[in-house]
Amino acid sequence: MKIRFANKFKGIAGVVTIALVLSLLLAGCGTEKTGGSNEAKPAATDAGDTIKVGILHSLSGTMAISEVSVKDAEMMAIEEINASGGLLGKKIEPIIEDGASDWPKFAEKAKKLLQNDQVATVFGCWTSASRKAVLPVFEANNGLLWYPVQYEGMEASPNIFYTGAAPNQQIVPAVEWLLENKGKKFFLLGSDYVFPRTANKIIKAQLKAMGGELIAEEYTPLGHTDYSTIINKIKATKPDVVFNTLNGDSNVAFFKQLKDAGITSQDLTTLSVSVAEEEIRGIGAENMKGHLVSWNYYQTTDTPENKEFVKKYKEKYGADRVTDDPIEAAYIQVHLWAEAVKKAGSTDVDKVREAAKGLEYKAPEGLVKIEGENQHLWKPVRIGEVQEDGLIKEIWSTKEAVKPDPYLKSYAWAKDLSN
Amino acid sequence: MLEIVAKIKEYFLKRNAVISIIFVLLCLAPLFLSDFRINLLGKFVAFAILALGIDLIWGYTGILSLGHGVFFGLGAYCMAMYLKLESSAGKVPDFMSWSGLEVMPWFWKPFASAPFALTMAILIPVLLAMIIGYLTFKNRIRGVYFTILTQALSIIFVVLFIGQQAYTGGTNGITNFKTILGFSLSDPATKLSLYYIAVLLLLAAYVFCKLIIDRRIGRVLVAIRDGENRIRFSGYNPTVYKVFVYAISAGLAGLAGAVYVPQVGIISPAEMGIIPSIEMVSWVAIGGRGTLTGAIIGAVLVNSLKSVVSESFPDIWSYFIGITFIVIVIFMPSGLVGIYQQIKKVWRNSLLLKRKEAAMKH
Amino acid sequence: METYVLQIFNGISVSSILMLAALGLAIIFGLMKIINMAHGELIMIGAYVTFVTQNIFMSYVDKDYFDIYFIFALLAAFVITAFVGYLLEITIIRHLYGRPLDSLLATWGVSLVLQQLARSIFGAPNVDVKSPTWLDGGILIWGDLQLPYKRLFIMLLVALCICGVYYFLYKTTTGRRIRAVMQNRTMAKSLGINTRKVDAMTFAIGSGLAGIAGCALTLLGSIGPTLGTNYIIDTFMVVVLGGVGTIIGTVAGAGIIGLGNTTFEFLTDASLGKVLVFSVVILFLQWKPQGFFTIKSRALDE
Repeated sequence: MKIRFANKFKGIAGVVTIALVLSLLLAGCGTEKTGGSNEAKPAATDAGDTIKVGILHSLSGTMAISEVSVKDAEMMAIEEINASGGLLGKKIEPIIEDGASDWPKFAEKAKKLLQNDQVATVFGCWTSASRKAVLPVFEANNGLLWYPVQYEGMEASPNIFYTGAAPNQQIVPAVEWLLENKGKKFFLLGSDYVFPRTANKIIKAQLKAMGGELIAEEYTPLGHTDYSTIINKIKATKPDVVFNTLNGDSNVAFFKQLKDAGITSQDLTTLSVSVAEEEIRGIGAENMKGHLVSWNYYQTTDTPENKEFVKKYKEKYGADRVTDDPIEAAYIQVHLWAEAVKKAGSTDVDKVREAAKGLEYKAPEGLVKIEGENQHLWKPVRIGEVQEDGLIKEIWSTKEAVKPDPYLKSYAWAKDLSN
Repeated sequence: MLEIVAKIKEYFLKRNAVISIIFVLLCLAPLFLSDFRINLLGKFVAFAILALGIDLIWGYTGILSLGHGVFFGLGAYCMAMYLKLESSAGKVPDFMSWSGLEVMPWFWKPFASAPFALTMAILIPVLLAMIIGYLTFKNRIRGVYFTILTQALSIIFVVLFIGQQAYTGGTNGITNFKTILGFSLSDPATKLSLYYIAVLLLLAAYVFCKLIIDRRIGRVLVAIRDGENRIRFSGYNPTVYKVFVYAISAGLAGLAGAVYVPQVGIISPAEMGIIPSIEMVSWVAIGGRGTLTGAIIGAVLVNSLKSVVSESFPDIWSYFIGITFIVIVIFMPSGLVGIYQQIKKVWRNSLLLKRKEAAMKH
Repeated sequence: METYVLQIFNGISVSSILMLAALGLAIIFGLMKIINMAHGELIMIGAYVTFVTQNIFMSYVDKDYFDIYFIFALLAAFVITAFVGYLLEITIIRHLYGRPLDSLLATWGVSLVLQQLARSIFGAPNVDVKSPTWLDGGILIWGDLQLPYKRLFIMLLVALCICGVYYFLYKTTTGRRIRAVMQNRTMAKSLGINTRKVDAMTFAIGSGLAGIAGCALTLLGSIGPTLGTNYIIDTFMVVVLGGVGTIIGTVAGAGIIGLGNTTFEFLTDASLGKVLVFSVVILFLQWKPQGFFTIKSRALDE
């Protein structure tokens, strides 16, 4: 009886699958035709009554924890522009793609956005790895990518605008400040991937030049969950400062376990460069209270633009959501692009790039400017301390925006780093 | 003359109808699809080569390896090393200088030659599989234990490749290639040629696998799957056969990797991990294990489905993939090809029945 | 000196965490021969149950009693995850008995769906679970050698779980039935045991233990949709190394991997430590393909 039932079920399931496959194939062919027909003319984006833009972030997989909020911020900016009449008289139509925390998938989706959808520009990526993966695609297709996250520098592609911090706008000033205020002995802790390794290379050169001392350099695999051994090493070596470049999830484990080991921010200074308000929500403010971070923007940053921005964001996505540096950078990069398009009077990539150079914008973090030479942003640098409520209080900042220097050319000690 | 035509007709239309149709469709695809889709399809064709290898070891021999991502990755890295060296024109590749390496490591140097890289793309996976296979199969590690052991293997490789950033590019992997054998990779003509080369290699791989399974060795493999001890008692040494098929399968995975890289333009350690390895097995499971056609159909169809669904529903596509997967594994263990065969059987039976009835009436 | 003592404690602590995460898997895998790739997601469900319990206590219960939420969360995590496991068994797993490799593939599909479900319900970013104040801090042994209460609590919890499982499987009628079914299904059936019921229950209990692990892990790590993926492979290694179907094997496997991991990590670095531990496991299996402890059987083909 049971066997017969199973067989019957098999038949039904079979029919269903075949129907499913057929309909999908048909759907696939359907999209094919539309994709194929405008294949012949590139830069056809000015035609039609909407301007298509791509949004390319990880909506699934391990990176989704960070990237979903960034996507939300970009969507909000697009809605704002559409609500105020659109761009060049047209509405912006976002096409969202999921990079799924997988670098080749990012390359595939970037190709799709540029070749099939003919988007005017793409806002996207979070990890350096995903940016490196899509870079050749953007260069080969002469596309335009806006990248909203602080990164390790050593790059300046004409097809990318970098709206997060370059090393000299986050890491270098933070190390300088720590050497001046907190001590000379540094313990470098990072996840095992490119950003921490390159950042630490910069820090080591800087420590050497400025009289700091390197106690240890430790890397843990992505997704590492137990930091008791690392914490034990920290205890044994007694550094003045732990410079933390851990990624995402690992920060939660590290700070929870650091507190359990009886080490608070009074006993040990840590400064993190990948922990912002959004991450603090996951770590728990009580576990991170008093620890330091370095960014260009905090939710508490005191500008009229920021008050407006925070209010809008909370209204749209819920009062319990927070804004942070990458979210703000994602938000302003959409507006920066829109301003450049207005100035150029076209969405053509070459024209927009020319128009964007030197463009100024009153951002929530303060006045920012696109540096023409390397397509990074002039940004103010802020060191902050995590408060009890999970927000960050600024304790030091540069007087004005710092010029971006991705290759650290203006620092004598860094001349061997960039080759 | 007519006889030969009839024979050819019989061979292609009757005995190998499905696979012939597949190859004809693959060859004609560039007429209907945009450049972007052809590029995607080329990637899926590379996956199909790999799926053939997995089918040999899992579908036919009953050994589930979740470490095929490693072999795929090794093949891909060999090819990527060649492409990287060509595009950096004699200089030290960019990621090495970021990582503080001033001189090219010795083992990178020979990869400047394309034939060497291609040979290594197949040879290294084969050798690795032979060593691991010999040890584990000789010690009679079987079934689930072998599967989990291969998972450990794939973790080891991922962590090693990520950790050795100066030599492997770390998590970023190796990317930003410009040319292959002097032809620009962004040129549509190059892309089309790469696609046809991939289809051709798939055909070669198919014929190669077909040769293996149609011979006595193929029957021994199936016998190992269905009753390893009986094979042993009949005087065969299953270890030799298992090592052989594991090595072949690894070689095909390596070849697939080498075909994949120039079309996709990046290889990173993540592709060697456990999740991609499970996905690779899923293609074969959905297409139909134990049939070479099933492996090819599975690889192409599952990946097309994934692309289409993830484009239409970027937020929730995992649901579709997950549920399809559960349904197929549970209710259709022999995959899509199994359903096709079932329908054919039912149809034939009803045809026979009708004929019988007609005969009865007379 | 302190460093080394603490390091040994850390090793034991990591072992206990692995043990807790692997116990449910050992039951499901060891007794039912189901390779449950969704085990990590069951752990994740346990963690989210803790999160929800905490929120309920925050909004409806007096502040003074907030700290006891964790006890309720442990129970709720067990019950709810067991129920999810039960649902999984009666809908999906029951079709997979006798097909261990297929079970791996189907449960992987389940894990994809559960991850996405968590993302749809709770959002993609990590959530925060405040640990109860009575678990803050630690015992000061001497100098600044401090053993965190949370880690001690987890050790205690593991000991309780292991004793509970042992008692259940070996001392109760139901447990005896479970073992009977797993050792010889046909014989058990002909003796009148309702094998369907036993299967469903075993899977539910294994899942429930994953829920407890999830609840305990909120004390130490992140709580997000992909929480389970960090633990799944390590727990499989534990079960395979220890030997399938014995609780003592799981304890031994977790002990070796936990201590090995922390020791290698202490001597080299975290990445290399991981590579070394897994290499050792692979080599060890060459020597003892069935793991440390095995149930003796005269059957040739299993």
